[in-house]
Amino acid sequence: GRWTRAAAQQRLSEADLLDFESYGNVTLVHLTDIHAQLVPVYFREPSINLGVGPVAGLPPHVTGADFLKLYGIEPGSPAAYALTSEDYVALARTYGKMGGLDRIATIVKRIRSERGDNTLLLDGGDTWQGSYTSLQTAGQDMVDAMNALSPDAMTGHWEFTYGADRVQEIIDGLPFPFLGGNIYDAEWNEPAFDAYKMFERGGAKIAVLGQAFPYTPIANPRWMFPNWSFGIREEDIVKNVEVAREEGADLVVLLSHNGFDVDRKLASRVPGIDVILTGHTHDALPEPVVVGKTLLIASGSHGKFVTRLDLEVTGGEMKGFRHRLIPVFSDVIAPDADMTRLVTDLRAPFEAELKRELATTETLLYRRGNFNGTFDDMICQALLDVREADIALSPGFRWGTSVLPGQTITVEDLYNACGMTYPEAYRSMMTGQMLKDILEDVADNLFNPDPYYQQGGDMVRVGGMGYAIDPYAAMGSRISSMTMLKTGEAVYPAKEYAVAGWASINEATEGPPIWDVVEAWLAANPVVSLPENRSVTIID
Amino acid sequence: FIGLSARSALAAAAEADQRIMEFTGGKTPETGKITLTAPEIAENGNTVPVSVSVDSAMEGDDLVESVMIVADGNPNPAVATFHFTPMSGEAAATSRMRLAQTQNVIAVARMKDGSVFMDKKLVKVTIGGCGG
Amino acid sequence: MATPKPRVKLPKSASAGEVITIKTLISHTMESGQRKDKDGNTIPRQIINKFTCEFNGQTVFTCDIDPAISANPYFEFTAKVPESGTFKFTWVDDDGSTYTDEQAIEVK
Ligand SMILES: [Mn+2]
Ligand SMILES: [Mn+2]
Repeated sequence: GRWTRAAAQQRLSEADLLDFESYGNVTLVHLTDIHAQLVPVYFREPSINLGVGPVAGLPPHVTGADFLKLYGIEPGSPAAYALTSEDYVALARTYGKMGGLDRIATIVKRIRSERGDNTLLLDGGDTWQGSYTSLQTAGQDMVDAMNALSPDAMTGHWEFTYGADRVQEIIDGLPFPFLGGNIYDAEWNEPAFDAYKMFERGGAKIAVLGQAFPYTPIANPRWMFPNWSFGIREEDIVKNVEVAREEGADLVVLLSHNGFDVDRKLASRVPGIDVILTGHTHDALPEPVVVGKTLLIASGSHGKFVTRLDLEVTGGEMKGFRHRLIPVFSDVIAPDADMTRLVTDLRAPFEAELKRELATTETLLYRRGNFNGTFDDMICQALLDVREADIALSPGFRWGTSVLPGQTITVEDLYNACGMTYPEAYRSMMTGQMLKDILEDVADNLFNPDPYYQQGGDMVRVGGMGYAIDPYAAMGSRISSMTMLKTGEAVYPAKEYAVAGWASINEATEGPPIWDVVEAWLAANPVVSLPENRSVTIID
Repeated sequence: FIGLSARSALAAAAEADQRIMEFTGGKTPETGKITLTAPEIAENGNTVPVSVSVDSAMEGDDLVESVMIVADGNPNPAVATFHFTPMSGEAAATSRMRLAQTQNVIAVARMKDGSVFMDKKLVKVTIGGCGG
Repeated sequence: MATPKPRVKLPKSASAGEVITIKTLISHTMESGQRKDKDGNTIPRQIINKFTCEFNGQTVFTCDIDPAISANPYFEFTAKVPESGTFKFTWVDDDGSTYTDEQAIEVK
């Protein structure tokens, strides 16, 4: 398509990105996992994203050069920069930052001007959390900015980490529904949120079903929203699709925060869903994945992409589609003036603190990768040094932006990697066996061959200790060769080690917030230069 | 509840089998008719929802008498046994149970005619904490 | 332990022969008999071991309960409502106590 041609020219214009020959009578616009990034960011895609079982080697479990080959993308092109980690630093310097809600507003306004009342804008969640300003305002900055975009519906995950009262308060004031058919009142086993909403667009009745992240109370602190129970609840989706069809839905859309592999399995088992707008696992795919009659759409994260999906819907059936994953090149797409003003106003009270410089980095700092990322290497090193620990643990979050070599690390950069509501950096004694159990547990949540048993993050990052992992082994037997990096000594099951970590899901965890720990470490290490992390050995 | 050693997990599974055989009168249950619903991953091992439903007219000879639930990795595999009547209208019930570790939850239905049916589901009990 | 408090949810009315859903909860620690106190002594088992639901004196649903049922036992089940009348719910404690609740339903 046009994007590929532009790529070959190594040059882009707004028209290259946004010109779209309209198709059919319905346009879905999908945004997801913005993680509170109001302004353009650098975000390096993962270099390793393994799939197990039936999805091994299938998108989104394709990275780097394989990804370029699979989708016929020229190395060094804008698409290569946006979608992979190949040659990331050089391309980042060429093509600049991506995202920004004002650029997204330009895209949304343009689509609405072309398609008018045929458009549905849907937000897949993980929208309110992930930055300094969202943390300071308990999500209000994102709520205000997103309201200005006028989405038609959303669902959620990290939203819940502001606690049930705050979530309810925000939802009560939203001018659009927060959907989650899989969220139940834990006491009386009754639906706590609307499961779907029916829309009329382009003469078609469209049912949008919302599916919040099924494992929110497991991956995040349950005590913050004790009266809500989640889960995949496939049988409820089946039922809600049936009810929506009985009510005359011509098109059924699942606005999902399940994660890609869960949605791929769901699409193969639940009949009657035309489109699944996937989220949570932060995958960006330039083409839909088709499972039976269902289109799976993956729109990336951090505001890097907007998906436009035009559909022909007639006689209660989806007859065809035209799709584009629009990369939000911030230097190419003109910002929308109204949104720029709003974002500037929202950030103004915090501007000085956001810009405050903590250190400079010689190493590219990034998050994504199944086993480690340099930003977490730095966090682990800070935990080891500042909290005087033998071993450090940092959760395998997939949110957090990148910092290029030579750049300063600002407060904003730091909070983009750790801004959240349970930041306490604990220090506790753990036996080698407990550490092994934790690693096995997280490994199964990532690599269980049945996606319904996965939680969709990455491996917990480990500092001070190395290990070997066989992702394809059985539950409880993937981890081996746990070794203390400093001494080369084995980690003994019965021996106790001082372990420092953060983001514990347990209530009343004690310790300084992780950003204070990292800031203290940066003060002592004003030029960050990290050795390549070779502490995890992958066994095939 | 504390995690079990491998040996006691085997013992628990054997005891679960034995309980099922007592319940069925020695008959090996067939699959079908009964559906057990439980989360794939428990939010809290102390309170895991479990539902059972059995296809049945619940009148005449097409009647579900009882459904037994066992958890094959608990120190004591017994969970509960539901008894239905024609007044139940349907053979469906929901409760909440404790699971000591990752294990199979098994539901066995005994019909009035003596036939027996089974469904099971693996429920993972995890330490948790990660996120996309 | 405070006196267990039962709570029940069911519709106030139904049509004749309708199958309704009934939800019940009772506050109870359900001490499993598997736990030890801080001195290492086993805390004796004390659970609700049986639950019954009757309608106008006829048994609707009963449950034999083992210690693996969670604290504050929850039971959800269905009942056929042939006529106006009263549901009676009974929970039996290991210590011999019984706790009951009644709810009337009107057939329209
Ligand atoms: Mn998520
Ligand atoms: Mn996310």
